[in-house]
Amino acid sequence: MRIKLRNFLGKYMIVLVLIGLMIFSGIMTPAFLKPRNILNIFWQTSYVGIIAIGITFVMIAGGIDLSVGSMLALLGAFAITTSNKLGNGVGPTLASILLTYALAALLGLGMGLLTTKGKIPAFITTLGGMAIYRSLVLNFANGGVYMSFSRTFSSFGMKFVAGLPLPMIVFVVYAVLAYIVLDKTRFGRYVYAVGANETAAVYSAIKVDTIRTITYIISGVSVATSAILLSSMMASVSSSSTGSGFELDAIAAAVIGGTSLSGGKGTIFGTFFGALILGVVNNMLVMLNVAVYLQGMVKGLIIIAAVLLQNLRK
Amino acid sequence: MKKLLVVLMLVLTLVSFAAKYKIGVAIPAADHGWTGGMVWWAQYAIKQYQNDPDVEFYLVTAREPSEQIAQVQALLARGINALVINPYESAPLTPICVQAFRQGVYTVIVDRGINSEEYNVYIAGDNYMYGYLAGKYIAEKLKGKGNVVVIRGIPSTIDDERVKAFKDAIAPYPDLKIIAEQPGYWSREKAFEVMQTLLTKFPQIDAVWTGDDDMLHGVLIALRQAGRDKNIVLVGGACEKNIVKMIMDGHPLIEVNFTYPPNMIATAINLAVMGLKGQSLNGFYQKGIPRKIILSTETVTRENAKDYYFPDSVF
Repeated sequence: MRIKLRNFLGKYMIVLVLIGLMIFSGIMTPAFLKPRNILNIFWQTSYVGIIAIGITFVMIAGGIDLSVGSMLALLGAFAITTSNKLGNGVGPTLASILLTYALAALLGLGMGLLTTKGKIPAFITTLGGMAIYRSLVLNFANGGVYMSFSRTFSSFGMKFVAGLPLPMIVFVVYAVLAYIVLDKTRFGRYVYAVGANETAAVYSAIKVDTIRTITYIISGVSVATSAILLSSMMASVSSSSTGSGFELDAIAAAVIGGTSLSGGKGTIFGTFFGALILGVVNNMLVMLNVAVYLQGMVKGLIIIAAVLLQNLRK
Repeated sequence: MKKLLVVLMLVLTLVSFAAKYKIGVAIPAADHGWTGGMVWWAQYAIKQYQNDPDVEFYLVTAREPSEQIAQVQALLARGINALVINPYESAPLTPICVQAFRQGVYTVIVDRGINSEEYNVYIAGDNYMYGYLAGKYIAEKLKGKGNVVVIRGIPSTIDDERVKAFKDAIAPYPDLKIIAEQPGYWSREKAFEVMQTLLTKFPQIDAVWTGDDDMLHGVLIALRQAGRDKNIVLVGGACEKNIVKMIMDGHPLIEVNFTYPPNMIATAINLAVMGLKGQSLNGFYQKGIPRKIILSTETVTRENAKDYYFPDSVF
């Protein structure tokens, strides 16, 4: 019974942390618990959340992806530019979205091949990607802003379906799909195996390089999803600031959710709630009107405490 | 032999005349819209001199102070005659700027100052009036009564000065309350998020001041999305081109803007050329360029907006 409770707490501690944070914020400012605000948090979290889900695959397989923030700007800019070129309407918009996904998959494939076949540490390839993508975006916009002129393209980013913001729905569906892939398929088990013990995986006839490469493609596709949603909502992408810092937030969300930085461990469940914790903290800072200069400290303390609480329960 | 020497000397003088003045321009890399604008204006100014055989430019952009120091060192090694620099941060860049000045390089410091008086020209925007005029406008527009939200930029001395000035301007109106003051980090997405949250917290918001126009775009989206884009006074700043266009076209919520021009870098580049050539400012009886120039914060309204609209600029 005690062991069961302990297991339960270990697994769901992160949910308890989240609930605790929400109760605290709710007491401090009742407006925090308004359904509207909870929806907003979900909404605001979804962009980093979707990316974090992709990065969880990469991290469990023993890699890391630092390029996601710049990649978001690049893919968003690409989506806006192509939809501007192709024109208004559902057909052209779908085409530009598909092209964006194709580019994302290609970039993911490139990263994957460079790390696996090129034997370059993932930290370096994706750090390089981070610099290259950002520099490309800046160059094509000359440091300015990409604006969407296609009404169709900028129409769905802020859409509500059944009273829920579309990005939030995508985030939840995405999490469920990712959970199924990672937990219920052979590919998912291979991802864990590759990250936990590469040598053992090789001896078990697992195509380590292929599995790793696929995780980068998954990460790229996740970034594309987030980029399309965000650039549609803002109807613009800033070449200099859009997506900056997203890589750290996404990695933080995964780590808060229990994903190991050295691979082999992690869950989509954890990442999902890890991302929400970050979202709640960001929202809380504004809701409680925390002094500008102290916000970084408060955020840092909560993140560390969240991980510490989980570790103590194990 | 003698002939050869003469020819050689002639060629050398010709070459040195062909690139008489070497001017290094060191600015921060674009990390938000305004700095993107500054890079654009630097390129713009340099392009204007492309047919002038007397001057030659080296433009460098840095992502952090140590990178900028290294860039300035490289420029000095190249033997520049003038340095136009927007220091990434005042303190770390001070020694290298002073060194340039002492070497006889004509040093023009732009916007963020250095902690020394050893330079030729300092040109900057007016952060105080930038915040003050925005506060005064909001106070008068609301007739001294209402709830105001302040969305500031990246916490920094520039930002502090603007916010303090804003508060000074509304201090005479006790019924004007700042109900929230939060950072939007000069980013559209962040300002959108902050505004969305504040709109759920406060049922009544009468005015929003954002530290610059990029963030005003985010606020506009949040207001539209919440269906509260009515009866609210909005003020941004720095004259981003799309906001100026809205003023020009008579946008119902945005009637005014205040300059903090990224084109000051272009002005500074011109000043460096004038300084090197020993020219003086038109209308000034004094010879030479003034040593300290604070650009006035100009008020942009529907009447004069077209003078501030640069559709080709990136900002």
